[in-house]
Amino acid sequence: MNGPHAAFDLGTLDRLSQGTSPIHQLDPRAKLLVTLAFVVAVVSLDKYAVADLLPFFLFPVLILARSGVPFRFVARKVAVVAPFAILVGVFNPLFDQAIVLRIGEFGVTGGWLSFASILLRFALTIGALLLLVATTSVPALGRAAERLGAPSVFVMQILGLYRYLFLLVGESQRTLRAYRLRAADGGRPAWRIFAQILGQLLLRAVARARRVHEAMLCRGFDGELRLMGTLRFAGRDWTFLALWLAAFIALRFLRPAEMLGALVTGGAQ
Amino acid sequence: MSHHRIALEAVGFTYPDGTAALADVSLEVTHGESVAIVGANGAGKSTLLLHLNGVLLATRGRVVVGDLPVTKDTLPHVRRTVGTVFQDPDDQLFMPTVFDDVAFGPLNLGMPEAECRDRVQACLEQVGAWHLRNRPPHRLSGGEKRRVAIAAVLAMSPDILLLDEPSTGLDPRGRRQVIELLRGFTHTKIVVTHDLDLVLRLCPRTVILSEGRVAADGPSKRLLADAALLERCGLEGPPEALVCPRCGDGSRL
Amino acid sequence: MHMADALLSPEVGGAMWLATGATIAVASRKLKRDTDHRHIPLMGVVGAFVFAAQMVNFTIPGTGSSGHFAGGMLLAILLGPHAAFLSMASVLVVQGLFFADGGLLAMGANIFNMGFLPCYIVYPLLYRPLAGGRADPGRRRVAAWLGAVMALQLGALGVVLETRASGIAELPLFAFLAAMQPIHLAIGIVEGLITVAVIEFVTRAEPGMLAALPPAAAPSVPGFPKRALAGLAILAVVVGGFISWLASAHPDGLEWSIARLTGEAELSAPQDGPHGLAARIQESVAFLPDYAFPAAGTAETTAQEDSGGWIAPDAGTTVSGLLGGGLTLLIAGFAGWALRRRPSSPASPTS
Repeated sequence: MNGPHAAFDLGTLDRLSQGTSPIHQLDPRAKLLVTLAFVVAVVSLDKYAVADLLPFFLFPVLILARSGVPFRFVARKVAVVAPFAILVGVFNPLFDQAIVLRIGEFGVTGGWLSFASILLRFALTIGALLLLVATTSVPALGRAAERLGAPSVFVMQILGLYRYLFLLVGESQRTLRAYRLRAADGGRPAWRIFAQILGQLLLRAVARARRVHEAMLCRGFDGELRLMGTLRFAGRDWTFLALWLAAFIALRFLRPAEMLGALVTGGAQ
Repeated sequence: MSHHRIALEAVGFTYPDGTAALADVSLEVTHGESVAIVGANGAGKSTLLLHLNGVLLATRGRVVVGDLPVTKDTLPHVRRTVGTVFQDPDDQLFMPTVFDDVAFGPLNLGMPEAECRDRVQACLEQVGAWHLRNRPPHRLSGGEKRRVAIAAVLAMSPDILLLDEPSTGLDPRGRRQVIELLRGFTHTKIVVTHDLDLVLRLCPRTVILSEGRVAADGPSKRLLADAALLERCGLEGPPEALVCPRCGDGSRL
Repeated sequence: MHMADALLSPEVGGAMWLATGATIAVASRKLKRDTDHRHIPLMGVVGAFVFAAQMVNFTIPGTGSSGHFAGGMLLAILLGPHAAFLSMASVLVVQGLFFADGGLLAMGANIFNMGFLPCYIVYPLLYRPLAGGRADPGRRRVAAWLGAVMALQLGALGVVLETRASGIAELPLFAFLAAMQPIHLAIGIVEGLITVAVIEFVTRAEPGMLAALPPAAAPSVPGFPKRALAGLAILAVVVGGFISWLASAHPDGLEWSIARLTGEAELSAPQDGPHGLAARIQESVAFLPDYAFPAAGTAETTAQEDSGGWIAPDAGTTVSGLLGGGLTLLIAGFAGWALRRRPSSPASPTS
C-alpha cells in the first residue's frame, strides 16, 4: 500500500481499542464528550497562546498513562498527519514579524509564536482524538453517537462501513499486489489502470451489498436499526466527565501556566 | 400440521435478464429430515435456496413452508420458520460485533431486550463462541465466523435450517467442528453443497439438480456411489463413497 | 485536503458542524422514509469501497507527483445525493478517527468540503443539468468529469476560506488560493478521468447495474431539500462569516460572548471579591495580556489608539509564563509516569 496513509496500519488502532484498561471500560459517551470539550477548550485559546496550551497536555498524558496505549504509537501517528498543518502554519513567521516577546537578547515574533501554537494545538487535538479511538472501538462510538441523538440511518452507515472496511481494504490490497507482480515498473498504477481496478472492486462491492441485503432480509430486517442497550452510564463515568470538564474550564480560564510562572519568578509586573 | 415441512411444487424461475435458472422442480422435505442438494455450477442450487427463504419468489409453481405458500404476505412467517446460513459468513455477519450480530434477528422479531440477551448467550454457547461475543467479525477465523453465523440463525429459533456450502473455506479442523455441530441439531436441514464427503456425514438423503431440474432424489449412499449418474450431472463422487465392489453395501474401502 | 483542528477556530468549526449535522439529519430522514432498504447495506459497502480506494495513490500524468481518489462525485452519480452524502460522511468520520485526518472539530468542515459540496452543490447544480437525460453518454461523460473537477475545486476553496475565517494561520488569502487551487485542479482532472472510467467500466461489465440500483439510490435531482439546503448553505456561510468577523474583532470569541452573557465587560468587572482577585491576578500575570498582539504593520497605530490599554508584553511575565507552562508539562509527565499502568497488568480477553 502506497497511499497517504501507508504508515497507518488500520489494524493496530482497532486492536488497541479492544483493550481492557479502566479507560477502555468507561462509557463511550463520557469519553466522546470529554474529548470534544478538550478540543473546543484547546482551539478556543488565542492564536498566540503557547504557555496556556502546555498545561492541557495533562489530559492526553493521564489518559495515555491509564489506558496503557503506547506513547510511541500515538507520537508517530501524530507526526505522520502533521504535514498539512505545518505547511500552512509555517508561513506565519513570514507574514507576522512583529516582535512580541523578548527573552534576553532574542526577540520572538508573533509569527513564530503562533506557529508554535499551531504545532501544539495539532499535537493536543490529534493526540486526544487518537487516544479516544485507541480506547474506544468504532462500534462503541457509533452506539454512543446514536444515544446522543445521531440519526440511526447514519449510525448504521458508520457501523456498516466499519464492518466492511477491513474486507475491502484487504481486497484492494490483493488486487494491487496482483497488479504490481505483473506491472513493468512495479510502482503505483497509472490512472487508467487504477480506474479499471476500482471498477472491478466496485462491481464486487455492489454484488456483496446485494448478498448482505439478502442476509439482512432473512433475519427480519425492516429498515430499522435495533441495537441492544448495552451502554450504562455509571458513577465512574459521571466522575470522569465532571472532573475533566471542571479541569478544562480551570485550565482554560485560570491559566495555571501564568499563575505558576508568576509564583516561581516571584510574581511579575 | 408441522412447521417443519417444506415443499416445492413444479417451481420454475427465470431471472429478469432472461436466464432460466429453475425449469421445473418438485421436492418435499419433511420433519427432521436432513437433505443435501448437490449439482454442478449453474445447476440452479443457489437459486433454489433463495426460493426456500423467500428472497426470490417463484415465477411458476409454488413453494410451501409449513402450511403456507411463500408469497409477499407470508414472508415474515417464512423467515421465522426458515433460517439461512449463507455461503460467505462475511455477507451474513454484517453487524460490528458478534453479540450485536446474533441479537439482530431476535430484536427484529420484537423480542424484549432481557430475553434477547439470554437467547444470544444460549445460542453462542451452543456453538462454543460465547467468548467471542465482543469481537468484531473481521477479527474471527473462518471457522469462528461460520459458527457465529450459525448462532445468529439459531437465535431466530427456526424450524428449518438452510445451509449454503457450510464447509467452504474452512481448514480441516474447522470443517470437522462445523459438521459435528450440525449433526447435533434436530432441525430439519437442507444443505446446498459441493462437499460430497460432508453430504455422506450429514445427510441421509440427497437431491441432485441438473439444468434446473431434479435429476435424482434418494439415499445419499446410493446416489453418490452411482458413477454414471454423477458423471451425467457433472459431478465427481467423493473417495469415501467408493463402494466395495464385492459386497456393494456401501461400506467403505 | 483535510482541514485540521489546529487551524480552526471554534466558531468556524462549530458553524461547519452545524451545517453538516443538519444535512446529515435531513438526508437520514429522507432515506428512512424510503420503503426499499437495499440502499442501507449498499451505502455501507460502497462507502468501504471508497475508503479502500482512497488509500491508493495514483500518478498524476505530467507532474511526476501523485494524488489520491476522493470519490464524492462518483458516489453522487452512483447513489444519488442523499445516500452518497451519508456514505461520504461516514467515510470521512471513520477516516477522521482511524487516520486522525483533521480531528474531531474539523470533521464538520471536512464532511462539508468533501461530502456536502459534491453531493448537494455540484451534483444538482452542475452534473444534472449538464448530463441531461440518460440518452447521451457523451454528455454524461463530460458532466461527470467536470463535476469531479469542480467538486475538488470547491473543496479546496472551502479549506482555504475556513482556514482564513479562523484566522489562526497567517497565509494571505491569495497566496493560499494560488497554492491550493492549481494542485487540486491537477488532482481533479485525474479524479474526473477516473470517475468517468469507473462508470464506463461498470456499465460495460454489467449494463444492468446502474439501472438495478434501488430507487433511493437511482440518480435523481433532490426534491424538497433543494431550497432548504440552499438556505442552509447560505445560513452557514452567513453565520460562519458573522461569527468569524466577531471573532476577528474580538480575538477571544469565547471570552467575549461570556462577557456579553453575564452583561459585564472584562474591564468593568468588580475590582474586589474573588472575581476581582482573579481579574487582578490575570491582569498582573497574563501572558500576552488581552492578546495584545497587533498584527504586523498595524502595531503602532493600535498601540497609539489604546495608549496603555495594549501593553507591550513585559519580558518577565511572558518568560515566566513559558516557565510556568513548562512546569505544568513536567508535572503532567510526572503524574502520567506515576499513574501509568504496569505492562504486566493482566490483559484478559474482552470481558
